[in-house]
Amino acid sequence: MSNQTIRNAVVDALRIASTTLPDDVFNALKAARESETSDLGAAQLDAILENVIIAREASIPMCQDTGLQTFFVDAGVKSPFLAEIREWISAAVVAATSQIPLRPNTVDPFKGTNPGDNSGRFMPFINWDIVDGDEVRITVLPKGSGSENMSALRMLPPGVGLQGIKKAVVEHVVSCQGMPCPPTIVGVGIGGGADIALKLGKKAILRDIGSAHADPQVAAYEREMFELINMSGVGPMGVGGETTCLAVHVEYAYRHPASLPLGILIQCWADRRARVVVQSDGGVEVA
Amino acid sequence: MERRLNLPINESQARELRVGDILFLTGHVFTARDEAHLTMLKMREEGDALPFEPGEMALFHCGPVVRAAGDGWDVIAAGPTTSFRMELFEDRFLEAFAPRIIIGKGGMGDRTQEAMEKVGAVYVHYTGGAGALAAKRIERVEDVYWLDELGMPEAAWIFAVKEFGPLLVTMASDGGNFYKELEPRIAENMKAIAARIDRS
Repeated sequence: MSNQTIRNAVVDALRIASTTLPDDVFNALKAARESETSDLGAAQLDAILENVIIAREASIPMCQDTGLQTFFVDAGVKSPFLAEIREWISAAVVAATSQIPLRPNTVDPFKGTNPGDNSGRFMPFINWDIVDGDEVRITVLPKGSGSENMSALRMLPPGVGLQGIKKAVVEHVVSCQGMPCPPTIVGVGIGGGADIALKLGKKAILRDIGSAHADPQVAAYEREMFELINMSGVGPMGVGGETTCLAVHVEYAYRHPASLPLGILIQCWADRRARVVVQSDGGVEVA
Repeated sequence: MERRLNLPINESQARELRVGDILFLTGHVFTARDEAHLTMLKMREEGDALPFEPGEMALFHCGPVVRAAGDGWDVIAAGPTTSFRMELFEDRFLEAFAPRIIIGKGGMGDRTQEAMEKVGAVYVHYTGGAGALAAKRIERVEDVYWLDELGMPEAAWIFAVKEFGPLLVTMASDGGNFYKELEPRIAENMKAIAARIDRS
């Protein structure tokens, strides 16, 4: 095992994420195509599915917006590699940008300059969770800006309750129409503070499509919002049709009695993600 | 109806296009996002000549992934970006350069629609994110402008395309607007949605 091996594993994960849609997403898009009754909507899904197959076979990015390379790291406290993780990830992003290739997407907001390799202040961004055990699990979510620009934060009055949250989520997603590249995956973060609600919403996107929240009440609530959004008729790419979203995933934290923060995160159909697990003996798995 | 067009097209050809037409384009397109629009508008205001003629090509809202290959470039992925960002200045761009076809995703606003009616141009929708599929229809990169200043996604790339599509006309010069036609249906559905939420 060497730093090189682990860095290469992160490059591999970035390649898999950019070029190959996870099975759960591909199958959900195929199912949406089979049930689509709008010709225009069906044509959008056909183009999406054809595009996904071309990208996978040629190992090229499925979308030209290869996103900001966003990482979620579950760092086992007993892992011997904690000191190196940031360096592996940063080096892997620069290497992946030229090797895959990825679009250089980091811009200095003050100078307007682009370093050309997806590096920059706080980039790539890493969300850290310290967890038990001796493994490090690195999840990459290369998220494009079309869907990220449709994110929303609502600081709702707690009196609106669960019904008010549902209304805010559905109205927001429908108002976005075709802009976040539907059919989408909607991540809903509830509670905590403003930043926490948004972060929980983004983490909720990482769950597989078809999975339900562990709490049956939350799972039923997810299902209800999924059905409501798909009653809208916005459809694939906003041209009208049956499937506007592929899933709604909720995550929550306890809240302040006077606050009801709601974070709404939207993931486009190109729901790209991959994971690297680094064992304590240096063994590496990429999936 | 389905139409196979060779670029450039003139004003009267553009004015014949209607919402719902499916286009396949052969000829040249140039990419421009926020920064390339602003660069070209500034050059026009200052009286500087542009290095290419935007009116002879289709305007593609796209920030591609390209890779240097020998003396030229390979296009790896090149789907449309969200067009609405360009609503801020697309009307001025249309009046200055009159590209007859704008390719993007998500649609644009009233200012752009009015400028398209005045100038004689259409907006066409291409499937968002279908970057690998789009790249297959791009035959070659003819040139690139402002790459050093603006970076890969924001530069103006000139692509030779063949049978580029299918592109759905969603905004036309006769005032036709696919998104506006869809809105009452969605609004009607929202009533049923609101009623179900109220019952919950």
